[in-house]
Amino acid sequence: MKVSIVDYGAGNLPSVERALRTLGSDTECVTRPDEIAKASTLVLPGVGHFSAFVTGLRERNLTATLRDAIARGVPILGICLGLQAMFAASAEAPGEQGLDLIHENVQALPTKVKSPHIGWNQLRRLRESILLREIPEDAYFYFAHSYAAAAGEPHTAAACDHGFPFAAVVEKNNLMAVQFHPEKSGEVGSRVLRNFLEWAR
Amino acid sequence: MTLARRIIPCLDVDSGRVVKGVEFTGLRDMGDPEELAARYNSEGADELILLDITASRDGRATFLETVNRVAQQLNIPFTAGGGIRRLEDGNAVLRAGADKVTVNTAAVARPELISELAARFGSQAVVLSMDVKKTNAGWEVFVRGGAESSGRDAVAWAREGVSRGAGEILLTSIDRDGTCSGFDCGLTAAIAAQVSVPVIASGGAKTFDDFLAVFSEGHADAALAASIFHTAEHSIGTLKKYLAGRGVPVRLSP
Repeated sequence: MKVSIVDYGAGNLPSVERALRTLGSDTECVTRPDEIAKASTLVLPGVGHFSAFVTGLRERNLTATLRDAIARGVPILGICLGLQAMFAASAEAPGEQGLDLIHENVQALPTKVKSPHIGWNQLRRLRESILLREIPEDAYFYFAHSYAAAAGEPHTAAACDHGFPFAAVVEKNNLMAVQFHPEKSGEVGSRVLRNFLEWAR
Repeated sequence: MTLARRIIPCLDVDSGRVVKGVEFTGLRDMGDPEELAARYNSEGADELILLDITASRDGRATFLETVNRVAQQLNIPFTAGGGIRRLEDGNAVLRAGADKVTVNTAAVARPELISELAARFGSQAVVLSMDVKKTNAGWEVFVRGGAESSGRDAVAWAREGVSRGAGEILLTSIDRDGTCSGFDCGLTAAIAAQVSVPVIASGGAKTFDDFLAVFSEGHADAALAASIFHTAEHSIGTLKKYLAGRGVPVRLSP
């Protein structure tokens, strides 16, 4: 199965690519709309700033094609900023628009907690999750972010708490996304990627 | 549900080999970076830090190659640094496979470096490394591998670094480094209380109780050690079980 990793110019592609290849996937990095239009499985990785992300997609004319692909039912996994990009907008970049597949906004973590939220944290499952299949309830995942989307029904399958309960695992039809970094979360992270690949197949 | 305290092994590398200094002087060969990285990855390390301690500029290509080779061994976060002077140096390290970059001496000389890196790669990718020594003036920041006083107060510098966009502080006690006399819990607590970002305590780790103390008394978010792990004196897994048994939240699953 070929997995198309969206390269918008600022992501940490090599580690995501390596993690997927370790699981036996054939991967390609895609930068053009026609490549995304042909993709059967998409991964949208991301680190850095929300505005760099949406600008990167826009400058490469990828925004509309990505939205079309998701509307067609192509399985997609967003990682970290790739999760936040699924939302309408972010407090990190007022005025910029996300992909708006979930009509809510991404907020800054409150000042009462350490920010960035960096390190390994646990999840609280809100419902049955495809990505978390066969992963122990008390497993830890690696997070590194300063903004987050509030956990909400029905899109959030699992939440994490840091200042407020935020969406750690999003599953909405063919749209899947995680706020943590599965490619940096050891064996359980690898299991999340495998669950995604098996489900997308 | 709790954010786990992290145990972070550190590899100091010189010309492609892991070395260990004692109080910032005198180097000893400790092994191959790839082998050690793979071992720590499987033993339950929460992250790995790789620092280039090569003095010469021509060692740069070798270091980037080491970063790349070590990155292939890991499925945990990976931080690299040492000698990062410009935005391009940070970019090169991240492109070679690191997730975060540390800055130290060059950031003291030109604090804008922190802002530039944070603007380009995000705060989560920028670690301000500071080497601190107790002097008559208080806790003072030293540069050039601990050889030279910067005249800056440690707390003030940590706060400035964070306001410029550093996402973590890697705090090394020069007095304790390589001495195996325990972390400087007073220093760690003083910095942790004054910044809004995670603090990684470094320098002086010897016993399991040293780690327990730096998490409980020092309020560290993470603890770094090198030599005690390299010599296989302690395994990371055993240390974490010890901490878990004493109420410290740690990640035990692989």
